[in-house]
Amino acid sequence: MSYKAKFRVWRGEGGEGKLEDFTVEVNEGEVVLDIIHRLQATQVPDLAVRWNCKAGKCGSCSMEINGRPKLGCMTRMSTFTEDETVTVTPMRTFPVIKDLVTDVSFNYKKAREIPSFTPPAEVKPGEFRMQQIDVERSQEFRKCIECFMCNNVCHVIRDHEENKSNFAGPRFLMRIAELDMHPYDVADRKDSAQEEHGLGFCNITKCCTEVCPEHIKITDNALIPMKERVVDRRYDPLVWLGNKIFKRSSSNS
Amino acid sequence: MEIERHEYDVVVIGAGGAGLRAAIEARQQGKRTAIVCKSLFGKAHTVMAEGGAAAAMGNVNSKDNWMVHFRDTMRGGKFLNNWRMAELHAKEAPDRVWELEAWGALFDRTKDGKISQRNFGGHEYPRLAHVGDRTGLELIRTLQQRVVALQQEDEKLHGDAEAYIKVFQECTVTRLLKDMSPAHGPGGAIAGAFGYWRENGKLILFDAPAIVLATGGIGKSYVVTSNSWEYTGDGHALALLAGAKLINMEFIQFHPTGMVWPPSVRGILVTESVRGDGGVLKNSEGKRFMFDYVPEVFKAQYATTEEEGDRWYTDQANNRRPPELLPRDEVARAINSEVKAGRGSPQGGVYLDVSTRLPAAEIIRRLPSMHHQFKELADVDITKEAMQVGPTCHYVMGGVEVDADTAAASVPGLFAAGEVSGGMHGSNRLGGNSLSDLLVFGRRAGAGAASYVNALAGRPKISDEAVTDAKAEALAPLQRSGENPYEVHHELQRTMNELVGIIRKEEEVSEALESVEKLKERAQGVGAAGSRIYNPGWHLALDLRNMLLVSECVAKAALLRQESRGGHTRDDFPGMSPEWRTKILLCELTPDGSEVIVQEQVQPPMRDDLIQLFDRDELKKYITEKELADFDALAKE
Amino acid sequence: MTQTTADSPARRQRAQIKERTLRTDPWWRYPLITFIIFMAFLVYATWAIFDTSYFMAPYHAPFASPCLATSCPEGARLFGFAPFGDWYTLPPGLLILGLPAGFRFTCYYYRKAYYRGFWLSPPACAVNEPHKKYTGESRFPLILQNVHRYFFYAAIVVGLILAYDAVKALIEKPDGLGTWILIVNAILINLYSLSCHSCRHITAGRLNHFSKHPVRYRAWNVVSKLNAKHQELALVSMFSVMGADLYVRLVAKGIIAFSFA
Repeated sequence: MSYKAKFRVWRGEGGEGKLEDFTVEVNEGEVVLDIIHRLQATQVPDLAVRWNCKAGKCGSCSMEINGRPKLGCMTRMSTFTEDETVTVTPMRTFPVIKDLVTDVSFNYKKAREIPSFTPPAEVKPGEFRMQQIDVERSQEFRKCIECFMCNNVCHVIRDHEENKSNFAGPRFLMRIAELDMHPYDVADRKDSAQEEHGLGFCNITKCCTEVCPEHIKITDNALIPMKERVVDRRYDPLVWLGNKIFKRSSSNS
Repeated sequence: MEIERHEYDVVVIGAGGAGLRAAIEARQQGKRTAIVCKSLFGKAHTVMAEGGAAAAMGNVNSKDNWMVHFRDTMRGGKFLNNWRMAELHAKEAPDRVWELEAWGALFDRTKDGKISQRNFGGHEYPRLAHVGDRTGLELIRTLQQRVVALQQEDEKLHGDAEAYIKVFQECTVTRLLKDMSPAHGPGGAIAGAFGYWRENGKLILFDAPAIVLATGGIGKSYVVTSNSWEYTGDGHALALLAGAKLINMEFIQFHPTGMVWPPSVRGILVTESVRGDGGVLKNSEGKRFMFDYVPEVFKAQYATTEEEGDRWYTDQANNRRPPELLPRDEVARAINSEVKAGRGSPQGGVYLDVSTRLPAAEIIRRLPSMHHQFKELADVDITKEAMQVGPTCHYVMGGVEVDADTAAASVPGLFAAGEVSGGMHGSNRLGGNSLSDLLVFGRRAGAGAASYVNALAGRPKISDEAVTDAKAEALAPLQRSGENPYEVHHELQRTMNELVGIIRKEEEVSEALESVEKLKERAQGVGAAGSRIYNPGWHLALDLRNMLLVSECVAKAALLRQESRGGHTRDDFPGMSPEWRTKILLCELTPDGSEVIVQEQVQPPMRDDLIQLFDRDELKKYITEKELADFDALAKE
Repeated sequence: MTQTTADSPARRQRAQIKERTLRTDPWWRYPLITFIIFMAFLVYATWAIFDTSYFMAPYHAPFASPCLATSCPEGARLFGFAPFGDWYTLPPGLLILGLPAGFRFTCYYYRKAYYRGFWLSPPACAVNEPHKKYTGESRFPLILQNVHRYFFYAAIVVGLILAYDAVKALIEKPDGLGTWILIVNAILINLYSLSCHSCRHITAGRLNHFSKHPVRYRAWNVVSKLNAKHQELALVSMFSVMGADLYVRLVAKGIIAFSFA
C-alpha cells in the first residue's frame, strides 16, 4: 500500500528560503509528520521540524499543510490523493528559525501580559468549593494545548505585523475569558481586555475556531462572551448616560 | 567561540511537572532559578498523563487517608519501594493538589464542590484528582502559569520579570560540571551545567551550585513506547556521568495495550477501561487467548469459560472476572507470547475488540476519548472494528538514588525528582501515583536545593578544562562524517525491545549487552551533516550517549536480578524471591567512565510503625522468614 | 519574555512566501456565496421597501410591519393605532426596518459573513486580506457594533409583532396558506433572535456562578443550544422573511389568487 508522494517543503533560515520538491515514500496509515521524519532520516538529515508527543496532545508540530494551519501529527496522508502535491510550510505569522520551525516567543510574551489567576486572599488551599457547572466553561478553554495555530491564523496579526504589540491573539483573549469566568477570580479584566489586549481588534471571523485541533469554540464561547462582558461595562448606553450625568469615570464603574 | 554564560543558584533540568514544581519552590525560597528544557515551555511529556493525580483527600470516600494510600503504593511496588518516599508521598500529595487549585487548576468537582476523585487500578478508594482524561495537561498548564505569576511578581518588584526565574527553552544540557577541589569533599561538588541551544547550536554554560534533574524517563531506547522523543534518559546519564548512582534500573513498566498501528502512533496508550467495559483480546485465529494464560496463583479469582467471564460484567457477585482483567504485567506477557507464536495481527499486535461486545452508542458514551483517538489517529471506528494493540514501554521505575526527604543524590549539589529519580515506586508504579510523585518530590527537590545553597560556604567553580572537554564532546559529531545516527538509534531500540523487553532471559540479555557494547563503539563514529542550526541529526548523535548508558544499566541490572517482580520478568526465574526483595541493584560508572558497574545494596527495613500498617498474611507473601519473625516480635510488644 | 532563546539578527523575519495563500481547496466559495446571497437580500429589501402592496387582509408583509402611520390601510395599523399620524407619508418599511436590519447588521454571525464576503477581511482563513491597515472593531466606526444588544431588545419587539400578525391571520383565515407561511416565519425569526449571542449573555452568560441561579442557568442552556445553530437560523430566517414578504405582496397584487391563498 505504499506509494511515492510529491512533497514541497519550505526550507530556509531566518526568512530567506524557498519551497523544495521531494519525492518520498508513504505507507498506509501515516501522517504528514511521519513523512517529514522520513525525509529527515533518508534525504535531508538537517530538516528542522518541531515535534513532541505525536498524538495531538502537546501542540508542538504546528505547520501549514496545503496552506492550512494543521498539526503535522494529526494530518493523515489518506486525506490526500496519491498524485496530489503536499505543500508544507512553517506558520506564517511568526518569524522562522529554520525550515518548519518558527520562533513562537510572541505567544510567551503575551502570556505574561495577562494578569494571573487572582483568588480572594482569604481563601486557603483546600478551601475552594466550586460546582461542576461553574467550572465547565473555563475547563473547555483549559483544554488548549498551546499549538498557537489560532494566533497564527488570525488575520489581525497574520496580515498586520504592526498589530502584534496591541493584540494578545485568540489564545490569550481566551485566557482572559477563562479567568474572567472563573468562580474565584476577583481581578477586573474587562477594561484591560479591550484597552490593553486588543479584544476590539477581533472581528469574529472565526478562523481561530476553525483551526483549533482541540475543537474549542474559541469565538462563540470565549471571545464573543468576553465582548459581551465588555459591552456591559463600557458600551451600555444607559451606563454611559449615567456616568455622564453623575460625572463618573467610565472606567472605574 | 564565545560561550554564553549565566549564573544561577539553582538550575532545574526539565520542565515537566517535577521540574516546574522544583523551580517554583526554589524561587519561592528566594533562589535565582533557571529552568532548562529541550522542548518549548509547556510541552513536556507530563501533558500525556490522562488518569489523574493520586492524593488521599477523602473527598469521595472519607475512609481514605495517607495510610491506605501508603499501603496501596507499597503493594503496587511489590514492597521494593523506598518506604520513606512512599510515606512522604502519601502524606503530602493532598496538599500539593490543593495548592494547584489555588494557582488556578480546575479539577472536576464532586456534588459538594470539592475536587472529584476517581477509581484506578490498585487504589483501594477513589483517589485520583482529575480533569476528564487530560489531567497531565492541567497540571503542566497550572505550573506553567504559576511560573508566569511569579515572573509577574518579580517584574513589579524588581522591574525584571526574569530576575529570579527564567526559562531556557529548547536548550539541551549535555554535561554536569563539578568542582573537584578538596574543599568540596572527595568526589567534588556540582558547579554547573553545560549545554547547547537546539535552535542555533550555540553553546551555553550555567554556573550553579545546585542542579535539579527532572528529565523524565528512558522510553526512547525502545521501539514501541508511549514516551516522546525527549525521553532519552538524559537525567539518568548526566547523573551517572557526574558520579551519582542509579537504582532499580531493571524495572520498566510495559503497558499491555498500546496502539500498534498506524506507525505514527505506535505505542500510544489504549486505556485499561476498554477491557473493564467489556473489550476482549483475541489472536489472529479469533480465539480469546487470555483463558490460556491465567497463572496458578490467580486461578481462583478468574473465570475459566467465556460464558462465565461474560456474565461477570453484569453480575460481579456470582461470577469470576474475565482473564482480560489480569494485572498489567500478566496481560502484557500473554500478548507478547501470542505474537511470538505467530498468532498476532498483521501489524504485530493482537486484537482488542469492543465492537462486537457493546452497542455503538454505548461505546461512544463510555469510551469517548478512545473512540476519538482511534478515529482521528488511525481512522479506525472502534464501534465497527477491532483495535490492534500490543505492549508498550511506558515508565521506568528506576532512577537516580536520592535521599527521600531532600531529593539529594549522592553527589553534593545534585538533586532529582519525578521519573528520573528512583525508589518511590519500587518495582511497579500504580496509575495515578506519577503525577502526585512529580508534585511531592518536585517541591522537595526545590526545597532541598535551596537549603543546600543556603548552607554552602563557598560557591564551587567550574574549571576551564571541564568546559573545554564538554565543548569538544558536544561539537564532535558535527566534525565527523560517519554513520547516520538514526541507524544506531534504531538498532539500539530493536535490541532493547527484543532482548531486554517484557520477558527477559539470561542469554538474550547477555546478547543485548554485547550488542550495546558494539553500538557504543559505533556511536563514537556517528556524524551529523548540516549546520548547527536546528540540526536534529546532531541532537540525536548527542542523545545516543545517554540512551546507550541507560540501556547498559537496564540490561546489566536485569541480568543480575534472578527473580520476577513487577516490571522485571525473568523467564528463567519466574517466581518472586523474598531474599531478592531485601536487595537493591545500584548502577554506577567506572571512574574512567567507560563502563557501568552494578552492585547489590541492602534495602533498609521498614520503620516499625509503617510495617505495622500491614497484615501478617499479606507480608508473609513478600518478606523473608527472618523479617517475619521480627514482625511477630514487634507485634507482641 | 517568559523564555529566552539566543538572539540572532536573522530570526526576526517571517518565512518569505509570495503566494497569498497556498490553500488548494475552493476557499473562495464561502465568501462568494455569502456575497451573492446577501446582495440578493439587499436588492429584494430595497425593492420591498418601496413596493406599496404590503397588505392584503389578514396578511401583513413582514417588511412593512408594524405600520405606524395613517398612510397604512386601516387593518394594517398596529393595534389599530397610527402614532405617526398623517404627516408621515413615506413607505412604512423605512420607519421600522432599521431595527431588524440593525440587529442583523450587528449580529455576530452576519459580521463574520460580511467581513469575509464583502470586506475580505479576511476572505477565508489563512488567505491574506487585501487591506494595508486593520483596526477591526477597536475604534470608530466599527466599535459601534457593540450596540448589538440594544438591537436585540428591539428585535424581540419586532419578533413579537410578527408573531402577533401571524396569530391575527390565524384567527381570521386559519385555512390560508399565507397564514401558515407567516407562522413559520414568525417562529424562525423569533428563534433567530433568541439564539443571539447577546441573548445568551443576558440569560446567564454574564454570571460566574451558574449554580446560584438555576433558572437562569437552564435558560442559558436552552439559548446555548440555539446559539450553536445561530448561523443556520440567521440564514433560514432570512429566507423565510423574504419568502413570506414576497408571498404576501404577490397575494396583494393578485398574482397569487387561488382560494386558500
